[in-house]
Amino acid sequence: MGKLAKGVALVGAGMSKFGNHFPVKRNPDLWIDAWLNAVESVDNGIEPKDIDACYVGNYSSDLFNHQGHLGPQMANLVGLTPKPAPRFEGACASSGIALRQAIIAIVSGIHDVIAVSGVECMTELPTAGVTDVLATASDSLFEYPAGATFPGLYATLASAHFHKYGTTAEDLMRVGIKNHENGAENPYAQMQQSIKDMMISKRKRYEEQGREIPDWSDEFDFLKSSANPIIAYPLRLFDCSLITDGAACLFLTSEEKAKDFTDTPIWITGTGQGSAALSLHDRDSLTSFIATKESARQAYQMSGLKPKDIEICEVHDCFTIAEIVALEDLGFYEKGKAVEAIKNGETKRDGALPINTSGGLKSKGHPVGASGAGMAVEIFKQMRGIAERNRQVKFDVEKAMTHNLGGSGGTCVVTIYQK
Amino acid sequence: MSEMDKDFTIQSYLEFLQSKKLMGSKCKNCGILYVPVRKLCTKCNISNMEWVEMSGKGELAAFTSITVGTPYFIEKGYDRKRPYCFSIIKLKEGAMVSAQLVGVEESKPETINIGIPVKVKFLETEIKGETKIDLGFEPT
Repeated sequence: MGKLAKGVALVGAGMSKFGNHFPVKRNPDLWIDAWLNAVESVDNGIEPKDIDACYVGNYSSDLFNHQGHLGPQMANLVGLTPKPAPRFEGACASSGIALRQAIIAIVSGIHDVIAVSGVECMTELPTAGVTDVLATASDSLFEYPAGATFPGLYATLASAHFHKYGTTAEDLMRVGIKNHENGAENPYAQMQQSIKDMMISKRKRYEEQGREIPDWSDEFDFLKSSANPIIAYPLRLFDCSLITDGAACLFLTSEEKAKDFTDTPIWITGTGQGSAALSLHDRDSLTSFIATKESARQAYQMSGLKPKDIEICEVHDCFTIAEIVALEDLGFYEKGKAVEAIKNGETKRDGALPINTSGGLKSKGHPVGASGAGMAVEIFKQMRGIAERNRQVKFDVEKAMTHNLGGSGGTCVVTIYQK
Repeated sequence: MSEMDKDFTIQSYLEFLQSKKLMGSKCKNCGILYVPVRKLCTKCNISNMEWVEMSGKGELAAFTSITVGTPYFIEKGYDRKRPYCFSIIKLKEGAMVSAQLVGVEESKPETINIGIPVKVKFLETEIKGETKIDLGFEPT
């Protein structure tokens, strides 16, 4: 596998605010928000007549909203009818797949300019309903009858990681604390608060209500308390990403067309996609995702880069353990060594390898089908030096990556971006 | 037709399970074992299987204790105060399966250790007057 046969540029990226929006906003509303936000980001402007196709990533509008066939609906809302509008599904990696397919279509020469959409409205269902819909991304035949929930599957993987490498619950907590610190700086994030601030405001609320004020000494103490209940041992509430409504929009163009839109395109130099058995019990490893390793291998080879070349990365932290495993599988750290790097602050905004500067799925939110495109929005901002508030990294980012995992690791898409 | 002549389908596997038999399919060409059943050996890319019954012995490979369960398990009576364990069991014969882990202190998951020996326990649930069998394991 060689380099991409043709240059592919990211010339614009935007997103809706991620959050709990239903019924004030539904899929069409969220998508239009993302579209307008992305149009605004294109230096020389972009109009529907410039665009050849609309590639939509969505996991399960069918079950969340009783609406299938989302492609033409999303395209029509932004004036792209009658252009091609396919929909792509790969659980939480759905818009990562839409992005990859858009890259492939541009390289093939079939299209020159594509709008990539990621969209999901989850809160139309109550939490139990959402959990049940998410469970359909795991193995319904053999995992579900044994009691598997999504947090349960990642908790099971965590138990194996704990056993093999000595990872601890505190190691998981560090991931959540860091991602919330980043999300607090992201105006588009669902939970714009650090865990420390949440602890302080909770204490204040107890005080106002005349209840006994908890004596949490620090964030870890708070996270180990009943304020952070166990969902699936060893994962607690704050180890889980959020239930979110949101959309993201990316504009991709061929190398020749890029200059029409901007003088400073972000080049996509690597794309990889991998798969794994749907059931955890059918896999060779319970502490590593083969789909991540395979997609990263392809993307590294295509771009000619190595793990040490990547300067920032948005990884798929649907659960805190997933971020730890991703950092190892992407080759940034040896197996079992990521927790030490996290402990040393290497993955913080001011560290050697900033991870999830957006706040990640943990704090920014996880509208499953929109999450992959949402990651690319953060990379676009960081590489252009326009990330809001205080979360812009302090160096000029030239090489970046997104890692978008589907389900319990059955699908993965890795993308590499360069200036 | 003997039950060992059943086609290598999911329905056949589930029918065996319903009669409290944990069955796998073994490739007659390379000897690899599939549990749950598969008709096609993906190592040889041929379909030449035979049914084999598992001993029901194995060890705990990974697990979780779930407080917020699936609708099916909530129906079985599990909740935050009464969590259940989902587990992955490595069978003595080599294959891994997903199963409920019983006979452990689900509320004290820190007392459950990966690697402990377990044996199969077929779990009966009454649904609409019919008894359904699910795969379970318990410490030996």
